[in-house]
Amino acid sequence: MKTIVENATCTFCGCLCDDIFVEVEDNRIVRVRRVCANGRGVFIDYDPRPRRPIVAGREVEWEEAVSEAARILVQADSPLIYGLSSSASEAQMKAVELADLIGAIIDTTSSVCHGPTSLAVQAVGEVSCSLGEVRQRADFLVFWGCNPAASHLRHFERYSLRPKGRYIPNGRMDRHMVVVDVRPTASAKMADHFIQISPGGDFEVLATLRALIQGKEIEPKSVSGVPLIQLQELVQRMKACHFGVFFMGMGLTMSGAREYNVRELFTLVTELNQYTRFFVIPMRGHGNVAGADQVLTWQSGYPFAVSFARGYPQYSPGEFSAVDGLVREEVDAALILASDPMAHFPRAAGYQLKRIPTIVIDPMMNLTAESARVFFPTGSYGVDAVGTCYRMDNVPIRLRKVIDSRRPTDEAILGQIIEAIKRC
Amino acid sequence: MLKIINGRVYDPANGKNGQVEDLWVKDGKIVSAPADDRLPAQIIDAYGLVIMAGGVDIHSHAVGAKVNAARKFRPEDHYGSTFERTSCTRSGSGYTVPSTYITGYLYAKMGYTTVMEAATAPLLARHTHEELEDIPILDMGAFITMGNNHFIMECIRDGEMEKAKDYVAWLLNATKGYAIKVVNPGGVENWKWGRNVQELDDEVIGFGVTPHQIVTTLAWISDELGLPHPPHIHGINLGRSISARTTMETMAALEGRRSHFCHLQFLSYGKQPGRLHRSEAAEVARMVNSQPNLTVDVGQIVFGSATTMTSDAPLQYRIHQQTSNKWINDDVENETGSGIVPINYSRHNAINAVMWRTGLELFLLIDDPWQVLLTTDHPNAGPFVCYPQVIKLLMDRDYRAAMFERINHRGRKDALLPELKREYSLYEIAIITRAGTARALGLKNKGHLGVGADADITIYADQDDKEEMFAQPRYVLKGGEVVVVDGQIMREVKGKTLYVAPTYDPGIEAHIQQYFRENYTVSFDNYPISREHFPHREMIHCP
Amino acid sequence: MKWRNSLAENFILITGRTVKQAAGLHKGKESEEYRRATELVEMNSDDMARLGIGEGQVIRLRSSAGQVEMPAHSGTVPSKMIFIPLGPGANSLIGPETEGTGMPSFKGLTVEIEPI
Repeated sequence: MKTIVENATCTFCGCLCDDIFVEVEDNRIVRVRRVCANGRGVFIDYDPRPRRPIVAGREVEWEEAVSEAARILVQADSPLIYGLSSSASEAQMKAVELADLIGAIIDTTSSVCHGPTSLAVQAVGEVSCSLGEVRQRADFLVFWGCNPAASHLRHFERYSLRPKGRYIPNGRMDRHMVVVDVRPTASAKMADHFIQISPGGDFEVLATLRALIQGKEIEPKSVSGVPLIQLQELVQRMKACHFGVFFMGMGLTMSGAREYNVRELFTLVTELNQYTRFFVIPMRGHGNVAGADQVLTWQSGYPFAVSFARGYPQYSPGEFSAVDGLVREEVDAALILASDPMAHFPRAAGYQLKRIPTIVIDPMMNLTAESARVFFPTGSYGVDAVGTCYRMDNVPIRLRKVIDSRRPTDEAILGQIIEAIKRC
Repeated sequence: MLKIINGRVYDPANGKNGQVEDLWVKDGKIVSAPADDRLPAQIIDAYGLVIMAGGVDIHSHAVGAKVNAARKFRPEDHYGSTFERTSCTRSGSGYTVPSTYITGYLYAKMGYTTVMEAATAPLLARHTHEELEDIPILDMGAFITMGNNHFIMECIRDGEMEKAKDYVAWLLNATKGYAIKVVNPGGVENWKWGRNVQELDDEVIGFGVTPHQIVTTLAWISDELGLPHPPHIHGINLGRSISARTTMETMAALEGRRSHFCHLQFLSYGKQPGRLHRSEAAEVARMVNSQPNLTVDVGQIVFGSATTMTSDAPLQYRIHQQTSNKWINDDVENETGSGIVPINYSRHNAINAVMWRTGLELFLLIDDPWQVLLTTDHPNAGPFVCYPQVIKLLMDRDYRAAMFERINHRGRKDALLPELKREYSLYEIAIITRAGTARALGLKNKGHLGVGADADITIYADQDDKEEMFAQPRYVLKGGEVVVVDGQIMREVKGKTLYVAPTYDPGIEAHIQQYFRENYTVSFDNYPISREHFPHREMIHCP
Repeated sequence: MKWRNSLAENFILITGRTVKQAAGLHKGKESEEYRRATELVEMNSDDMARLGIGEGQVIRLRSSAGQVEMPAHSGTVPSKMIFIPLGPGANSLIGPETEGTGMPSFKGLTVEIEPI
């Protein structure tokens, strides 16, 4: 029997496109439209068949796996809960509840993604807007240290570069786009201007732009590989636009000065508001990493790298962030929710996860799950599980499910682990 | 069944002014004494104690996108204010922007049981509701910002009032909101061009409508829909020396329609020689006294740390420029904007001193306590945990005079406040913190202790120091359950989300669907919030 | 750090997402698609010529954190820069130091390259 689900949401990246068209036949996804190449796999490659959890390499019943997970967490002195970003807020809330209950460290993928952005916001603030404002009004776009053509494939078409808006009747033609990066990316090819910076040179260039905007004289003829004249032209265009938007990504957060790069950009944007309206939107990578920030913040006060060990939340990036906790061997058990740190962490940190008892809760077997002590195969949010997610601009979107679920949700599993621990 | 005996009941909605009376509670409601002799399961002996209905806060920025952005960007607010988990409570942190569990516990410990979230952008309403579900104990509702809404402004421009009315009703249903919120009408839209509004007749860029039209249209719509709470208005020019004049003009423009003006203190300034504003509380109070259909909440300044956060984005930019403090801005497509800036109010600062005075003068010069309600516009003028201090300032003129003497001398110059000797009674405090706020909100089962009311009951020890008295009630009951005893949370109960569901012509949906395609970046189908998403809820009927 | 082999040269490593890496991830991280998509290094064609590295030739990369071998392909990177898609291959080279931020140096790392 064939059914059509309209306005499903793809959860691959922070775009959270909620106009996805899915054709389902006998509870199998047979066709998906409007989804991009990155998101296609979310629907097409998902195997929803019932599976049993795995403990120490063998399949077991759910109850046994839950007991084992509870035992691991209760016996640990310093458990870590990590991930959260590819799951809905309902499961994220359960993860925080668990952390509060057992006095765990809880960290999200933000710490290896936009954690430096949060640090920058905490230092200097952030002038931002929703993506619809970009559609309706933005006539000047700067993509700095990010490559939507590889990471957020429908961003240009749906939100930023191409859509027509109330004050942008001609779409692309009414917009000027600049890409700033260390190498010419596919996104750079679509720009009106590409500015190539030497690796590690973002801070200097941003500081130079700030100075130029305030009318200061700059002596050197080039800054971090960028001819001064290019920067002067950029400043002129920025001041002359009506509504400018920076999109920023890992090029700033992962390079050298990290949060100081982001601080410089955010301060630049704030200062530009003396002349015209300017904004910045961080390009959140995972489908609900923005939601992980939100949930952890509203329940604890802090967005990532939180420890409940003292019975109340403490915030310390660099101390309670997952990579640091693992590498310094300050963590003796881990629960990984909807994430694959073995694939994304530096080897020394990922290696630590093999040495401590690890529990993985995820829709599919991943590198971390392969060497975990306990693996729970759960449903996939937006495919066979409902939930709420937050887009990169913090707009909340309610996910539908397009096929019936034949596996428990991660929210349910976490709830069972919590109950099992309370009974201990 | 529960019985509370021997307490002195202050229940202004039912004319009770301290008489000793028993209260009976069953199934979460206040009931009449049973006809038979059956014994109650529990008796609370309130001998010598003061009984009021649970507090009702009519305006607080407690949950949602803007509040959470403030929590995230102010870790310094949380470090010195942490709360350990217990066997029945979650941990958390925060002083001006507490985390969700802590917000619920602190309000409950202070004897408050109903709180209205002051401003929610429609597009972000789902976030508000997620946090509301997470706030323990309190019943809550959300005001939905509409004063800069494109669809509404287009209707006004085209003279299509019925269409605007149906859209507003649809929007309240879609967002599960409680009331219409108006914030700097037209000004927030103009801010998207770097501008603002200053007069009621200024034009909103791109729409050709005026703040006057926006406010009066929304007031008309509210009456037509029979909403329990009228438009909740944060007027134009907040913080500026022309604010008192334009506030009074806005009040006059409503021509007697029901309305509520929030944090009036921030909008009651006038001009005088020099750089200091003057308090125009006397003029504004006179206006309020002449408008029986108008309610206000004061937004009283409390010296100390605060966080300014409103949908009034251009205002927040101005505060950033004036203080040089870090600033968050968030403009929301087609609907509204917002901004956040941390602030500290000091009694040594002349401007802050005048602001502090202005609020108290409003309290003391507005005659009818049913019209002047207690808030600190949490956390804009001060955190809600300071309400007991404000109560003491109103009840104890010596305390007030002593604080007055300690504020900046320029803030004391030509002040009216020392001449105002009025002291609020317990009965009047009960009005401005529960009976009056509940009535203004149209919550028939809140704010009073008559039969049929929700059994939200606060029992205080009668103390000379009113701040101590109101800071730590002896008992707090929510829905008939004892949740707080002597400042300790005894159990967590789930609060309800209060919302309205006015009817509308379903034909409007086709228009709105088209409008979404042309203007939004989310699908029309995904926008409305359905009731299934929050299981604990109560619809308040529009008559 | 000095190599015995005088052909080793320092490059700046940039890591990041690619469409193929995303597609591979859906197939599963043990899948051939994922491995092929993440175990490759993009190099500037002039640099490849200078070092005598052919298209697809396996080279050795080494950082202070570790080493890895993967095939080199010519790509649009400036001279003295290399790009490796996010994944376990790149992560062998990334050190765990976060300088008190929680964030390792995923971009801008100095890496030595040696043709094998």
